[in-house]
Amino acid sequence: MSQPEGKVSGALEVKFVPDEAVLSHIADDAGIKVRKDKAQLAVSVKRFAKKLENISDDEAQEILAEENYVAALGTCAQDPVGNGSGVSGGEVYSFQTPKCSSKMAELASELAQTPGQSVAADHFKCPEKTAKTPQSSKRSGSNKVQQRSKKKEFLSTTPYRLRKRLAAPDSCLESESEYSASCSEEDDEEDQKEVSTVLSGQKTPAKATAAATSPPRNALAKKIKEEKMSSLVEEYFEAHSSSKVLTSNRTLQKLQTRRLNQKTLHDLLKKAPLAYAAEMKKLSQQHESLFSKWMLQLHLGFNIILYGLGSKRDLLEKFRTSVLQDSAHLVVNGYFPSITVRSILNSITEEVLDHIGSFRSPLGQLEFIHKRFKEDASLELYVLIHNLDSQMLRGERSQQILAQLSSLPGVYLIASIDHINAPLMWDQAKLRLYNWLWYETTTFNPYVEETSYENSLLGQQSGSLALSSLTHVLRSLTLNARGIFRLLARYQLENKDNTSYPGLSFQDFYQQCREAFLVNSDLTLRAQLTEFRDHKLIRTKRGADGVEYLFIPVDDSTLTDFLEKEDEDV
Amino acid sequence: MSTHSISKGCFVFKPPSKKRRVRQETASNSTERKNDSEDTELRFASCQSLWAQIKLETEKIQENLNKQLLDNLVSFLRRSHSEFQEKTTEWSCQMKSREIPTAALVLGVNVTDHDMTFKSLSEVLQDDITPYVALLEAKDCPGIKNLMQKLMGQLMNCCIDIDEDSFEDDSHVQVSQNKIRCSMTSLINWYKSVMKKTDSETTRKKRNSSSRHWQSPPVVVIFKDMESFTTKVLQDFIVISSHHIHELPLALIFGIATSPMIIHSLLPHSVSSLLCIELFQSLSCKEHLSTIIDKLLLTAWCPFKLGEKVLKVLINIFLYHDFSVQNFIKGFQLCIVEHFYSQPLSVLCCELVDAKKRVNTLSHNQCENIRRLPSFRRYVESQVSENQIALLTSDSFLKEVTQKLLEDLQLYHENYVSVLRCLHVFTSSLPKYPLGKQIRELHCACLENQVWETEEYESSLQLARMLNKSDLVTMLQQCVEIFVSSSGKEFDKTVEKLKEFLTQFQELEAEAFEEDVSVSSEKELQKKTDLYHLQKTLLELKESRRSKKLTKFEMLRFEVVDYIDSLVRNYLVPADHKTLYEVVYFNTASVLRGHLNAAPRTALHTALNNPYCYLKNQALKSDGGSISNKAPDICIAYKLHLECGRLINLVDWLEVSSSLASRKLTTWQG
Repeated sequence: MSQPEGKVSGALEVKFVPDEAVLSHIADDAGIKVRKDKAQLAVSVKRFAKKLENISDDEAQEILAEENYVAALGTCAQDPVGNGSGVSGGEVYSFQTPKCSSKMAELASELAQTPGQSVAADHFKCPEKTAKTPQSSKRSGSNKVQQRSKKKEFLSTTPYRLRKRLAAPDSCLESESEYSASCSEEDDEEDQKEVSTVLSGQKTPAKATAAATSPPRNALAKKIKEEKMSSLVEEYFEAHSSSKVLTSNRTLQKLQTRRLNQKTLHDLLKKAPLAYAAEMKKLSQQHESLFSKWMLQLHLGFNIILYGLGSKRDLLEKFRTSVLQDSAHLVVNGYFPSITVRSILNSITEEVLDHIGSFRSPLGQLEFIHKRFKEDASLELYVLIHNLDSQMLRGERSQQILAQLSSLPGVYLIASIDHINAPLMWDQAKLRLYNWLWYETTTFNPYVEETSYENSLLGQQSGSLALSSLTHVLRSLTLNARGIFRLLARYQLENKDNTSYPGLSFQDFYQQCREAFLVNSDLTLRAQLTEFRDHKLIRTKRGADGVEYLFIPVDDSTLTDFLEKEDEDV
Repeated sequence: MSTHSISKGCFVFKPPSKKRRVRQETASNSTERKNDSEDTELRFASCQSLWAQIKLETEKIQENLNKQLLDNLVSFLRRSHSEFQEKTTEWSCQMKSREIPTAALVLGVNVTDHDMTFKSLSEVLQDDITPYVALLEAKDCPGIKNLMQKLMGQLMNCCIDIDEDSFEDDSHVQVSQNKIRCSMTSLINWYKSVMKKTDSETTRKKRNSSSRHWQSPPVVVIFKDMESFTTKVLQDFIVISSHHIHELPLALIFGIATSPMIIHSLLPHSVSSLLCIELFQSLSCKEHLSTIIDKLLLTAWCPFKLGEKVLKVLINIFLYHDFSVQNFIKGFQLCIVEHFYSQPLSVLCCELVDAKKRVNTLSHNQCENIRRLPSFRRYVESQVSENQIALLTSDSFLKEVTQKLLEDLQLYHENYVSVLRCLHVFTSSLPKYPLGKQIRELHCACLENQVWETEEYESSLQLARMLNKSDLVTMLQQCVEIFVSSSGKEFDKTVEKLKEFLTQFQELEAEAFEEDVSVSSEKELQKKTDLYHLQKTLLELKESRRSKKLTKFEMLRFEVVDYIDSLVRNYLVPADHKTLYEVVYFNTASVLRGHLNAAPRTALHTALNNPYCYLKNQALKSDGGSISNKAPDICIAYKLHLECGRLINLVDWLEVSSSLASRKLTTWQG
């Protein structure tokens, strides 16, 4: 590849560029913007290698330009600290380079294809082996194949799966490899239950879909081969006009095994050993040695902000318990789902300043705090905010108020951010108020506490909670009311395969209830429904024709469980 | 006392005992607790005092820079409503035009610095012109109603503040603003009542506090950030107030960050014609910075110095990021703090007199610290052997030497500044500015390495040798002034020498006449020639010029340039060649950069792509690009995430992860 060449030439390079190269270049450019795979489709197989060359050349140039810019910014004035700040901007901001993606696919497929024996044989002591193979030897040979198979996948409806990307054109060979892959998985499963219990149910459907779709795909491929010769332009537009989603249609819902409930998942995760615990401990010790410096700088009017990968909660907690014990301080969990600036200000005025009474606006409240701090020079307050960039606090107004709060002379703010674009929250004026000193505190700690308010996708989604609340509410209702609800639930379950099911219309519902001797008039039904609605058990919406439709906003599995339980009770 | 709860996001902790300590004390304690090395308290104190001194100085500089602007504004405001004072007839006809006197204040893009300017502006106005000043910001005024509310709130509050101390019985002015309907009429009523009161007040007793104010002082409304106001609000406000201008002497001040054209693009002609605009330009932020650098860094009084890299980082942040002088000063403060925190010997970084005293009280540990300094080691090696032993063994001898060295350092700084300025006089007028236009660039170049070895210096000397006489003479005169005003004592001889050059140039002037005549006569001879002869004479001329011996002027010019060169070589030695420079120079630029100009994105990227940077485990060492099986789970997940496009199928994704993870597990076991 011509990468070194591009780097050496540095300034300007004039060379002959054939039309195809230009075309492929254009196609590639657009592809990066939209979706790489599409662009790759548009380019014919023959020119693939050429394109690769082109790209790497461009990249070299780009990185060079980037370096110049960075140098102008004064990176050159950096000491070799080795905390990775020397990474050039090009590396950080380019997300998907073609090189990287194909390598990934190959790695994944290789992992999937190498059966369990090989794992047992050499234990893969050298990770370099996997890294090395795709880059050099395989590339030129396998590119064509890879390209073709990708095309097939795009046009057919087969699931888009990473490990199949490298699939050989021969379908029988493919299914073989597929089979061995799942074999290896089964082998592994016995070794370690923890990881695979979650995923064990997946293989059967996976195999089934693969088997079902492979023959038509092969036929299609032949057809495509003929069409491939048609003009490039057509293909280009075809690729770009199609809005088909390239992911597979398999979902977690379709898995046969039940998903774990929250608690078991939690327990399993807890049992999993934390990798690199020693190194992480060393990292946090490094950060802890800065505590006294932070105190000094806070007192000199700076505020401190922590960034970097990993949860910084433990670090701040340690700071709090070790240094702040003797002084008034306020801890704010920014990740708390219903935190507001008002609640922060309230806790300052009510609990720190012992003020009773409410304020009309946060600004007035801020003014009051300002006045109190000005009056009493000995008053001081440390404010620790975990996740200053959380959903609830990232708004412009809340940031403004927090910035003003932090600029008060007696208030010392120390906060952490995690979002990659968090610094965009602040304009120059706010930055001035905050007066940040940035500290990089990469900890690699898992975000356990911060994500505890979210539902895990792996666990059952709040199903148990909804079920218990359902039964709880219904138990307090009359027998008739329960019957009404059951009726609606049954009806909804009967229609669960109908995707365009709008809900049960009120008139039909009334009719059915009447027939079941549950209500005797329109009004009694409405009264019951109001009760349900107040407990958020049902929801209504108006259809296009103005008819009121009723439905239960609970997922089907929960509803089934509920009915089963009810039947037992009755 | 846990801070985890599912019902609450804020947790307040108060110290169990109610004893309150003074802030300073805790601060110094916190430094003391950790830092086991010497003299922390003293260092903290000298850091504080130095910073206080610098802060005072910068504020003074700022004040001086703004003085001109503020004076102009004040005189404008005085003029604007002078008609209002000289009752009735003249101004009534004037006011028919209904123009509101308006000052457009162009402040530049460094928005963060504006606050300071506005603060001093409103202070000056309240002192000299009127107690009624309102500062409005766009974010407080989304609609005309909010604007009026804010305006009246500020005006009436200030009025109440003033009234409170003078008399109590009058209550009808002190009605809270919430009860008044916020309209122009109520504002006018308020103004009239206030005026009446002050009238009666002044007749009853002399008030000395507001005697500087006029009989009916104007109401000044300042729009801090005019660009961010919505057009509608501004238009409405201007139209409404122009209707009432004959009852309420209003004056507006627009703070503008971009260019004065913005007024016309924001306001249609019908509205802008209601304003009588006068333009005021504040000093550009770059000039502001040069003044700060000039007064703060290139002086001998400030014992603390910035190293070359640090200065470059600060200047780059200024030029490429915010143009904010305030941020520059903040960076400077951080440098001071870092220096005093991290360098135990910074205790000697103070006035020379104090430093000498402190040297005497240094502990043994500190002496060892001195011996460990690289610059001091170099110094020791250059000494004769018995001196070396004495320096390394005897503390008292070391202290003596240290005192002398500190003195040298101080002297070096004094001389350095003068010579630097002198060199800058020469280089700043050369074409293409090989050594930079600003003195800060020259300063950086001199700090970086021996400036006379650089190419740029060479070329600027070449250019200097081609200067014409008048330029040269003026430059020499400037240099003489610099040396005369400098505090260095060594420069008497230099001044003499330079003066000598000047007189020589004057002598030359007389001789020059004669030469001119001879040259012209020579030219006349050549007048009539054919092509061949012309060529020949030209060749001859060229020959002669090559071998021609230099004129007296040229000789003298060479002499001058050589003299300047010798000065540079003598005095502009880079600081890190000086012994004990570590005591006063702060040069860890990476720390500064990390704290002020951090790159969270890079940190995340590195942590995810190359965890070895943080977790120093050999297993993680990889050549980059590929996914190592042994990387922490989050890194693997991130890479797989990159692999998928915008939409991720969790099932597929998890399957790949599990195949990677299972591989990982076997490797762990194996």
